[in-house]
Amino acid sequence: MSDTVVIAALDDIAALPAPETPWQRLRREFVANKFAVFGLVLLLLAICAAVFAPWISPQNPYDIGSLDILDSKLPPGSRSGAGTMTYWLGTDGQARDLLSAIFYGLRTSLMVGGISVAAALAIGSIVGLAAAYFGGWIDALLMRIADIQLSFPAILVALILLAILGKGVDKVIIALIVVQWAYFARAARGAALVERGKEYVEAAQCMALGWPRVLLRHMLPNCMPPLIVIATIDLAHAIALESTLSFLGVGVPVTEPSLGMLIANGFEFMLSGTYWISFFPGIALALAIVGINLVGDHLRDILNPHNAR
Amino acid sequence: MLAYIIRRILQALLVMAVMSGLVFVGLYVVGDPVAMMASAEATDLERDAIRASFGLDKPLWQQYAIFMSHALRLDFGKSFLTGQSAMGLILERMPATLELACVSLLLAIVVGVPLGIWAGLKPQALSTRGIMTGSILGFSLPNFWVGLMLIMVFAVYLGWLPAGGRGATRMIGPLDLSVLTLDGWSRLLLPACTIALAKAALIIRITRAATREALPMDYIKFARAKGLAWSRILRVHLLKNIMIPIVTVCGLELGQVVAFAVVTETIFAWPGMGKLLLDSIITLDRPVVVAYLILIVFFLVMLNLAVDILYTVLDPRVRLQGAKA
Repeated sequence: MSDTVVIAALDDIAALPAPETPWQRLRREFVANKFAVFGLVLLLLAICAAVFAPWISPQNPYDIGSLDILDSKLPPGSRSGAGTMTYWLGTDGQARDLLSAIFYGLRTSLMVGGISVAAALAIGSIVGLAAAYFGGWIDALLMRIADIQLSFPAILVALILLAILGKGVDKVIIALIVVQWAYFARAARGAALVERGKEYVEAAQCMALGWPRVLLRHMLPNCMPPLIVIATIDLAHAIALESTLSFLGVGVPVTEPSLGMLIANGFEFMLSGTYWISFFPGIALALAIVGINLVGDHLRDILNPHNAR
Repeated sequence: MLAYIIRRILQALLVMAVMSGLVFVGLYVVGDPVAMMASAEATDLERDAIRASFGLDKPLWQQYAIFMSHALRLDFGKSFLTGQSAMGLILERMPATLELACVSLLLAIVVGVPLGIWAGLKPQALSTRGIMTGSILGFSLPNFWVGLMLIMVFAVYLGWLPAGGRGATRMIGPLDLSVLTLDGWSRLLLPACTIALAKAALIIRITRAATREALPMDYIKFARAKGLAWSRILRVHLLKNIMIPIVTVCGLELGQVVAFAVVTETIFAWPGMGKLLLDSIITLDRPVVVAYLILIVFFLVMLNLAVDILYTVLDPRVRLQGAKA
């Protein structure tokens, strides 16, 4: 008897329109902007191309044995000398199919960008939260370091670091983390200073929870929205910076070409009118960055507390 | 004011000392510059002689101490590669970089501010959407790629402008400038446009945001109620009030442009100090790298200071922190 009452009551609740969760609100407002959706599609396409590169590429550009040097610098749409495939975007100076090289290049570029931003986000948020939570000399020291770091242009810091560390994907990632952590530290500190005065933090402290738990489980989730926005926009910066460094010849090694490296390779042939080697990788890079910026731009509008409805 | 300036300069000196120390140790660990300087057939005896002539035979802390004591007298050592004064080498190239940076930034301001105000005045117009989409493209497109494409279109295909290098220059006092000759402009235009594109995108966004913030203010409403012409409201009431964010951004961006010149100068073979830095990093020419960084820190700090002081001129309400002390 009481069971049926409960079930009937549940039915009543189910019939009511469910209150909108924050995620649903985020999704609804995101979809409302066509540019942002377009950006997201671009970004997803780039990610798919990067992840599935080994399966969708017509050729493995790293396999020197499969390259035919007679096919080098062919214009877009040419057939290969052996007649086995069509180079839709042409070939570069080493007879690599550019379409395949771009897929693999996206892989390197997105991976370097993604890992460095994730690591910088983790390190920066913890530093920023700790600075806000403990205050005093810890705060002063950490933020002074971040300020000094931020007063230097990112490209110079990365350039000098790579000169010292040498070439390599791992080293580029380290350099990008060093360049970026300070942004997150500043933003996290700002958000955490606001949260710190709130009652739930006091409540957690009254329950004698350890500071790592208060920081990570209570304060961090509430500081996340601005950090996510910065992370999105920073991902675009990271990818652009990595490609610039690779272009200058201090970034990734020749064996794992990123998009910047492909563009640099095309530079030497460009003055003789061989435009496609630089052009198409640049388009791919630009589309990925535009996609990320469109998404980030709109996320910032949605998550901005001043615009909250 | 004076106390404020002194404190900022002391901070800058501290940053310079810390940074030169880090770079000193860092580049010391990387490799032996003597290997670069001596010819391949040099005997050990000759190598030792070179090492001793640059003081590289001493322990690192002593080298650093010697460097610092000389640096206090503004002597930053000699280039390992050419034997010339490191700071002299950089200062020789500085006018080219500063010229490029200033021209690009001016170009960006001339294009960016009017477009930004337009976008702020008509937020819903189709043209505004075009401007804003264009500005997203402007700072999304990788800068070095834009440079390459400009070379491809204007130098390779159309053949209108030369692909690189710096044109004929004319001396104005101590500065060697190329903006005074036609040849100079023809070579300056492409690199300047490359940098200006990204900076104009930024300035458009800042100007638009500032304009939209200023428009609902009482002083604009009052000016309109008085029946003033729009052109006067824009020029006097709006422009004066949106100057502060624009000046801040332009000031700070000038530093960024000078630092980022490394990339543009490499593409366009522009003989500035950014290209020199890249070459010196590759050849491990430590004195030049350290001298460059010290100069850049000095430049950035001075720029910040200039922007801060400009605030007090633009907005009499602003009082600098510590100005009373």
